Amino acid sequence: MKFKIIPERTNLPFLKSRFIAFGISAVLMILSAVMFFGPGLNKGIDFEGGIMLEVAFPESPDLGEMRSSLGGLGLGQVNLQTFGAPDDILIRVQRQEGGSEAQTAAVEKVKVQLESQYGKEISYRRIEFVGPTVSGELVQTAFEAVLVAVLAILIYIWLRFEWHYSIGAIAALVHDVILTIGMFAITGIEFNIASVAAILTIVGYSINDTVVVYDRIRENFRRYKKMEVKDLLDLSINETLSRTVITSVTTLLALVSLFVFGGEVIRGFAAAMIFGVVVGTYSSIFVAAPILLQVGLDHHNEEEDGFKPSDDDAFETKA
Amino acid sequence: MISFPKWKSALVILVCLLGVVYTIPNFVDQKSMEGLPDWAPKDQITLGLDLQGGSHLLMQVETESVKEKMSESLIDSVRSNLRSGNDRIGYRNLKATNGVVSLTLRNIADREIAREKLASISSITPTGQRSHLIETFDDGRITITPSEQTVADRISSVVDQTIEILNNRVNEIGLTEPTIQRQGKDRILIQIPGLGDPQRVIDLIGKTAQMTFHLVNNSVDPFKGNAPAGTKILPPHTEGERPVAVRNRVMVSGENLEDAQATFQQGQPVVSIRFNSLGGKQFARVTQENVGRPFAIVLDGKVVSAPRINEPILTGSAVISGGFSVQEAQDLALLLRAGALPAPLTVLEQRSVGPDLGADSIAAGEIAGIIGLVAVVIFMIVTYGLFGLVANVALTMNIFMIMSLLSVLGATLTLPGIAGIILTIGMAVDANVLIFERIREETRNGKTPFNAIESGYKRAFTTIVDANVTTGIAAVILFVMGTGPIKGFAVTLGIGIVCSMFTAILLSRMLISMWALKTRPKTLNV
Repeated sequence: MKFKIIPERTNLPFLKSRFIAFGISAVLMILSAVMFFGPGLNKGIDFEGGIMLEVAFPESPDLGEMRSSLGGLGLGQVNLQTFGAPDDILIRVQRQEGGSEAQTAAVEKVKVQLESQYGKEISYRRIEFVGPTVSGELVQTAFEAVLVAVLAILIYIWLRFEWHYSIGAIAALVHDVILTIGMFAITGIEFNIASVAAILTIVGYSINDTVVVYDRIRENFRRYKKMEVKDLLDLSINETLSRTVITSVTTLLALVSLFVFGGEVIRGFAAAMIFGVVVGTYSSIFVAAPILLQVGLDHHNEEEDGFKPSDDDAFETKA
Repeated sequence: MISFPKWKSALVILVCLLGVVYTIPNFVDQKSMEGLPDWAPKDQITLGLDLQGGSHLLMQVETESVKEKMSESLIDSVRSNLRSGNDRIGYRNLKATNGVVSLTLRNIADREIAREKLASISSITPTGQRSHLIETFDDGRITITPSEQTVADRISSVVDQTIEILNNRVNEIGLTEPTIQRQGKDRILIQIPGLGDPQRVIDLIGKTAQMTFHLVNNSVDPFKGNAPAGTKILPPHTEGERPVAVRNRVMVSGENLEDAQATFQQGQPVVSIRFNSLGGKQFARVTQENVGRPFAIVLDGKVVSAPRINEPILTGSAVISGGFSVQEAQDLALLLRAGALPAPLTVLEQRSVGPDLGADSIAAGEIAGIIGLVAVVIFMIVTYGLFGLVANVALTMNIFMIMSLLSVLGATLTLPGIAGIILTIGMAVDANVLIFERIREETRNGKTPFNAIESGYKRAFTTIVDANVTTGIAAVILFVMGTGPIKGFAVTLGIGIVCSMFTAILLSRMLISMWALKTRPKTLNV
């Protein structure tokens, strides 16, 4: 007998607890919004502009000492943090007034100071600087990318299913994106270009999960013409539950491995993805499907709106 | 019907074989590769700068300065046009504001002649439009406005010229395989692999290196703020030296240089320059006429040195000394040889990764990938038994196919790209999970093994397509709108989706059909 995380036949009353789930989601979304507009995101230099150096020292340096010596250079705010190992330090310097020469001059100042204090043994693992024009553009294109992606997916779902489904899918999507941004705000994980990639992938994953449940709902509407919509939704979620959980587990296995072993640079990205997969799985069960009931999906509607072909039709016409 | 047509099997096996064959070069080192016959695949995955170490610089050509220069030369041609011939035309207030050159005629009666004289400034462009709009007003005012296209063309040609000069400079430094590309209207992206500290490169490629020779105005005290008309006070090139008051007029321009080399003179590093014939003649004339007077050598608005002209220099060669270090002399010689930039450059974005960090990232990515893969493989076998094994074969083949496609397409693998592949490992089994869950259901509903397998694949198919198309939409949008790292991630995600649909649907179906036909199972243990 093989191992089953989900029993063969489940009959969990998901729809019964839908208002509790909506409540939880609403609270979490509000909390995310409060965190986003309150403390805000820990924006990386991609979005804030500025200078970042990752420096490997021969032995772990005294951060307090380094903070005061670099702070005395007159470069404004200087942030230090260890990056993985204790001898690997990430130095962030705020954007300097003036053009690019001011930025490169600041980098040079930091390097000279570090070398005079810690010798020439130090190695620069990364040096990055993003000017204000570019960081502004990055924010804009990132925002546009998320918007366009969501719109394109909405249109696809609308064409493939019907409008009720696209509302549910978008609700679940927006839910996942807001919660993920909230997670960034709460944990203080650096929000950079890779984080936007993470969010867009979460969009893809979340919709993937949702579409699988929707496909089953559509199929069951055709199969059980007389069934109560509420029971039908519950049945569909239960029937796809095993798949939803197994796929989430395999994806999480891969992501946890990335989080633990993938190195410091990718850790924030992996963390966001892990969170997104968990939230995406939750939303496809507790938000995307139950919302269909709220927006009035019914047997009647399907006939009126014209039923889009489902898998059986597709295969029968092919055969 | 569970049979899988022979031609389909052949195709699937062929594609899988190609996937493996085209992945192999990535595990062969460069040396052994040279020993391979010509027909063997040799494409390796190109590693992004974040993985192999290197610098990425986004520079912007200062378009304002291009426009300024356009105005200056427009003013020059207006002046010479109006002064040409016997009927010189009087004017006042010749100036440029926001690119528009304007002047007022002293005598309104000259309007028609002035128009005729200025007509040659505006030419007809290949698109049939006028390059400049010349307007005359009743009060004697004349304005000359370059068309938008003229300005855009000029900026575009300045960017092209800049790219060419940057290429010269980078080649002179002897860097390996740099790429210099135009990005957008006025930006240039420079990528230099394998360089940890880009500072020297920025110093070298960012310098305008505009060299000019001026006479020094000895009557002006350079420490007193304002200089009289025709003279400007320039700061010294080396800190600690005195500023110098020079006459505005350029006696010889750096454009007339033919060669520059770092050499030694009395043990000091200096730069020896040689002029072309025009520059040589100008230089000879200037030095003949000004023996005993100091002559300033100005680089990018700063005085490198202002030596006294001891005797006329007629050979067309000269030496610039300025208390250089050997490195500085070499860099200056290099810049002068490669030519001056037509407009200054600003660094908008700079990202450099040290080679050891890149290597660490690859190693971490490999470990994470292998551990993730093993975890997923074990989980699938535990969950689906024999079917799980089939899914694992499909998954492994999926990874080979991604790697082979990355190699063949010449796509660049970046750190986020590795993350994309690892994510794909988790998501790639999804199609098989969907299929297996269906087979389980159909078995429970009492279908025979053959029928259950058949309808499991059939029924899961549209769901798989819908699910993957939506993720695919996200991948495409990431690719189109993203830059740098995001693009890299989108590439592997997109390729991963296509490959996983192939392996999870076709390859796994072929394997299961083969198994079912051979063993003819009475019950399915999914």
